[in-house]
Amino acid sequence: MAISNTLRGWGFVTPALFWTLAFFVAPFAIMVAMSLATLEGRELIWGLDLANYRRLFGQSFLSGAIIVSLQITLTVTLISILLAYPLAWIIAFRVPPRWQRLVLLLAILPFWTSYVVRSYSWLLVLSREGIVNNALMSLGVIAEPLQMASTRFATVTGFVHFFVMLLTLTIFANLVQLSPNYRRAATDLGASGWQAFRHVILPLTLPGIMVGAFLTFVLCIGDYITPQILGGNNELTVPQVIMVQLGRRGDFPLAAALSIVLMGLVTLAYLASARWLRLDRV
Amino acid sequence: MNKIRLTQAAGLPACALLGLAALPAQAQAQDTLNALVWCDHTDAALIEPFEEAHGVTVNLREYEGTGAAFAMLEQSRPGDWDVLVIDTIDVPRAVEAGLLAALPDDELPTDDFFPEVVMASSNSVDGTTYAVTEKFGYNTISYNADRVDPADLDDLLAIWSGESGARLAIYDYYLPVIGLVAVGLGLDTSDLTADDLPAIRDELFKMKAASRSVGEVVASQTALATGEADIIVGGGEWLTAVLAEEQPELTWTIPEQGAVRWSQSIAVLEESQNQDLAVEFVKYVVSAEGQAALATSSCFWGMPANQRAGELLSDEQRAVLRWDEQDDYLSRSQLYPAPGAQLDGQMQDLWLEMLQH
Repeated sequence: MAISNTLRGWGFVTPALFWTLAFFVAPFAIMVAMSLATLEGRELIWGLDLANYRRLFGQSFLSGAIIVSLQITLTVTLISILLAYPLAWIIAFRVPPRWQRLVLLLAILPFWTSYVVRSYSWLLVLSREGIVNNALMSLGVIAEPLQMASTRFATVTGFVHFFVMLLTLTIFANLVQLSPNYRRAATDLGASGWQAFRHVILPLTLPGIMVGAFLTFVLCIGDYITPQILGGNNELTVPQVIMVQLGRRGDFPLAAALSIVLMGLVTLAYLASARWLRLDRV
Repeated sequence: MNKIRLTQAAGLPACALLGLAALPAQAQAQDTLNALVWCDHTDAALIEPFEEAHGVTVNLREYEGTGAAFAMLEQSRPGDWDVLVIDTIDVPRAVEAGLLAALPDDELPTDDFFPEVVMASSNSVDGTTYAVTEKFGYNTISYNADRVDPADLDDLLAIWSGESGARLAIYDYYLPVIGLVAVGLGLDTSDLTADDLPAIRDELFKMKAASRSVGEVVASQTALATGEADIIVGGGEWLTAVLAEEQPELTWTIPEQGAVRWSQSIAVLEESQNQDLAVEFVKYVVSAEGQAALATSSCFWGMPANQRAGELLSDEQRAVLRWDEQDDYLSRSQLYPAPGAQLDGQMQDLWLEMLQH
């Protein structure tokens, strides 16, 4: 009977194990091996050479991409949290329950359009003769159109538009699980509204914030489309540099090294937020 | 250490996925021609007459960059592809890699071509013709005539000096723009060496400092059409011609120092199982009828290599293409730089450095 249970256990585990080995462990191992190879002309030379990593951190235009990626990602994550939390709060506590579904539907509506189309739309909105500049000039706020398209501001705006919705969903899911009694108990004990939020509600909703923030970090730092379309190539992120290595140079080893560094950054973000990543609370 | 060709790393998932993606949908069918092309060949006005005349289907797959084409070919099964459209300057590389079949040059109308674009030195190797030029144009300066005085565009170096105050954008392809900078510096694009790169670097950095954005074709067109940029460095007829009908003020010019000339060739692949049909397709594309359709393709316009196509184009189309000024333009333009592998890598690093600057 014990053997039977053991076999049954392996029977359940094996498909998942195989899946993980085939589609994560093996590709990752190949990626690491590739990052330690080098390219001479069109010849791939396998070895244990750290040349790609030395090049990556030794050439400012490559290492600069890591800094640019981190700056954009952290900015987007922070702004998205600051915008999404009040929105999720309003939907959870101010919108009547019968309207919440509709409001949530409206909130995720931007997800229904093509990512590329949405990015190009932002490019037109933020362009010199776009709706934002025209509105500001009509109102007399500015005399000359502002340079908004093809800037980091445009990239961040495009990202925030997308990720505010994602964070709103994770934070909302967390907020609606909270019993109103927590707040009542805090105020009964003399806490002000701010103190109740600061010391009771916010800590209890951290799992929702951190899950959304982690997803935002992962998706944002690995995204190629938005910075490519909205950033105007005025600065390069890591995915853009990877695409150049693959598309133009065919330099798979350097692209692999860049990808490993990208995975390292995501791992660091996970470790930093792991204590709050509780999916059961979202 | 083990040495293998990059694309022989067949176990690599990335290569495998690329390989699968590269397979033509109806590979090797006798009534199907499989062609690796640039986007201008996907216009139905070009392809349908050939399909109807021969009762076949032309299966097209777009690619960007010769390196991508080579990777797709090496990852495909022999015979999967019949026809290749390629940068003329890269034909010798394709011949050296054994990818191209000999063409019957006595059946090609090269006598009707603009002499400068026959480019036998690229399309032929050791007296054998492997490809034929089909279209050409210029990487030069596109601009908005309502906002920029053409007189301000006479000097390439002055354009990106930032003194004019015009809003610049740069076409995101390192070879033509580096070539254009070289032309501005009075260098010969065919003789560029690593020693020339510091001077080119200085000019590229000035250009970047004066520019709003660096974008590929659609982004460059969007920048010009929306007023985000007044000048596109590296643009040309291929960028503005499709916009000219709605915005005639978007046009192009060749500065006094000259410009860079691009040209594309068409070839039959050595391992094609449909060699006869592939040759017929090549002959159709370089015929007057095929050339007129290719020149005015909805993806991008460009000058046809065959001068007889001009008889089939309207006066308006010839005007947009600057047909009557080609003698002058051809004499003042230089070919894309064609660097060896090492210099090419250095140029790409320089381009990345400029983007990140």
